[in-house]
Amino acid sequence: MTRSLVSVPGTARRGDIVDVRAMIAHPMETGYRMGPNGVAIPRRIITRFVCTYGGEEVFAAAFFPAVSANPFVSFSLVATESGTVGFAWTDDEGQTETASAEIVVS
Amino acid sequence: MRRPAHGLIVLALLAGAPAAADGIAAGERRSGSDFMAPETQAMQADDTSNPGMLWVVQGAGLWEQGAGASGLSCAGCHGAAADSMRGVAARYPALDAASGKPVDLTGRINQCRTVRQGASALVRESNELLALTTFVAHQSRGMPISPPSDPGLDAYRAAGRELFTTRMGQLDLSCANCHDDNWRGRLAGSAVTQAHPTGYPLYRLEWQGVGSLQRRMRNCMIGVRAEPFAAGSDAFIALELYLMQRAAGMAIETPGVRP
Ligand code: HEC
Ligand code: HEC
Repeated sequence: MTRSLVSVPGTARRGDIVDVRAMIAHPMETGYRMGPNGVAIPRRIITRFVCTYGGEEVFAAAFFPAVSANPFVSFSLVATESGTVGFAWTDDEGQTETASAEIVVS
Repeated sequence: MRRPAHGLIVLALLAGAPAAADGIAAGERRSGSDFMAPETQAMQADDTSNPGMLWVVQGAGLWEQGAGASGLSCAGCHGAAADSMRGVAARYPALDAASGKPVDLTGRINQCRTVRQGASALVRESNELLALTTFVAHQSRGMPISPPSDPGLDAYRAAGRELFTTRMGQLDLSCANCHDDNWRGRLAGSAVTQAHPTGYPLYRLEWQGVGSLQRRMRNCMIGVRAEPFAAGSDAFIALELYLMQRAAGMAIETPGVRP
């Protein structure tokens, strides 16, 4: 089960700068830790985060092992049109989790 | 409390400390969140930045999901948690009529899973059980802690107080030595705080996850190099009962955030 939380204002005026936040439950296991009996815990991290607005990529970030578990990203967008703000987190096994929110621009 | 050296520092500080005072004056009680940096307080206060909300979201999903031989979901019997679970966490641990013993919120949820859903018990500190407990406790956020007055709980509460004030471990410190007598102090970088259970289960930045009140107490016991009580044991539940009594009237914060 995906656990993510995204925050986009439900409404905005055209041209407004809006605050966007996205958080996902993920261990961000660095690959540098040892488990019981000295067995290395395999690396498992999200490597790429992408935000789309009206289908177009508007923000992206690369994540590295130093990023904490359950990574939180906050950035701003210019509200241009009503539509879907999409979020996608892809990990190093190639698995992608997604979330979305609607914004109404007047 | 994680690094053993902390204990040695506190030992030196406490060498001349007075005997345990009986609790903290009502006017002086402060939640652990009061001692945090403004940035951490802001993280807790805003649900879009509080990582504990990820467990609340997971718990909300599990609440609706059928489980066990019955195939029933929590919602199937309890309906909307916002109504049925409001205020519940504020009065746990409570007396379990069947066993005549106190049960904490996590134990009660596991009871519903095994007895009413016909599912296997969830392991304490598993993500699922933490998520359900966090989700249920979250329904009481802002409500005052109101321990039940059930006389059947008195003996257990007294046992909890006894545990809280008894020195333990190789460092020979009681919970009260730190949390009643030295709550204004710092242990290396950390505020000692008054050990109120207001935020649990909560997201600890150091854990990089949500953990229970029992996990927190376990950490403190390891810190004084005592053998921690077993998860779900009578001793931990007695301590929980005493801590809730000691914090009666303070507001539930679940999910809290702590450094
Ligand atoms: C040596 C001092 C010391 C002793 C003894 C000690 N603790 Fe703690 N305790 C701490 C410190 C320091 C913290 C805060 C750690 C942090 O925030 O990193 C803490 C935190 C806590 C918290 C978390 C409060 C919150 O706001 O989340 C609880 C609950 C707690 N202790 C209970 C206990 C109990 C129960 C015992 C006895 C079994 C105990 N402690 C013994 C030092 C101590
Ligand atoms: C088959 C019906 C049924 C299902 C399914 C069920 N419960 Fe219950 N639950 C009950 C009954 C009946 C009680 C006892 C009510 C009482 O004593 O007032 C109860 C009590 C509780 C209580 C204590 C309430 C209080 O006021 O003290 C909690 C918390 C709880 N359930 C949580 C859950 C959770 C979480 C789930 C899903 C994992 C769940 N229940 C599934 C029937 C159910």
